[in-house]
Amino acid sequence: MSGPLVGIVLVSHSAQVAESVAELARGLAAGGPVAPLAAAGGTAEGGLGTSADLIVAAALSVDQGAGVALLADLGSSVLTVKTLLAEEELPAGACLVDAPFVEGAVSALVTASAGAPLEAVAASAAEAYAYRKA
Amino acid sequence: MRDAEFFRRWLVTAASAVEREADRLTELDSPIGDADHGSNLLRGFTSVVRELAAERPEVPGAVLQLAGRTLISTVGGASGPLYGTLLRRTGKELGTAAEVSDDDLRQALYAGVAAVAQLGGAAPGDKTMLDALVPGVAALGTSYRAAAEAAENGALATVPMQARKGRASYLGERSIGHQDPGATSSALLLAALAEAAEGES
Repeated sequence: MSGPLVGIVLVSHSAQVAESVAELARGLAAGGPVAPLAAAGGTAEGGLGTSADLIVAAALSVDQGAGVALLADLGSSVLTVKTLLAEEELPAGACLVDAPFVEGAVSALVTASAGAPLEAVAASAAEAYAYRKA
Repeated sequence: MRDAEFFRRWLVTAASAVEREADRLTELDSPIGDADHGSNLLRGFTSVVRELAAERPEVPGAVLQLAGRTLISTVGGASGPLYGTLLRRTGKELGTAAEVSDDDLRQALYAGVAAVAQLGGAAPGDKTMLDALVPGVAALGTSYRAAAEAAENGALATVPMQARKGRASYLGERSIGHQDPGATSSALLLAALAEAAEGES
């Protein structure tokens, strides 16, 4: 099997958070081919915040034609992704996944790497909300 | 009737107001936000003025859409997608007409404000920019000056509110007693609109 895989984009207020969560997800998803994953953290100038341009670039870089699942952390990350989707500035088949950032990223990447379609990737990431910790 | 030049003047006036008030906006954003509202908007509106000068859009709808797009890509905080959506949606409603009436603008701004409410999932009373925008746009039916005053009063009325959206909502009751920075910048935007309109008529 070597069809196109769903791409994942991690949008955080912080470049380090986005990169670190990407590294964690890649580490836990390893063991075979891993779906394309890109981090879009912080502003274009390297500060805390959200960059629409970084998000669009990240989405284009992971788009293989099977859709792109975006996970966002807080406030402007979520609002910027929603706005880009409404303005149709992201690749066709892009969607914002309603999921906790770290757990959702791992779950989405593992599922996408197994060749699952976008709906399954989104559902799997959202399921991470159901795991109560206390 | 209002042409592209009127809308350019509105945004340039708004940019001057943001520049003048940037420190105060950031000060308001310090106790309840992440202390970047003034600098974020300053970066955004400075880019808007630059883009408008470079691209010279020829119709009102295109002026607002370019400004909205620029705010979305340069602000870096939640006010970027929110103000960007406000201006882009308003611009889309105005379409490609070379001149628009005050009534067209009022209707378009209604749609823009509704889009902001939908994006942020907020309503008046949540201590957000909507607390200035909603009464401000409603008062446009009277006059631009009335709209600016209603927005200013709306911003002042956020002081006793408890924030239910955004970073300030994490503070719960401790958000009470502070004026909302987003409502304050929204009042500046409508004051700039009144100033642009008064300069013309």
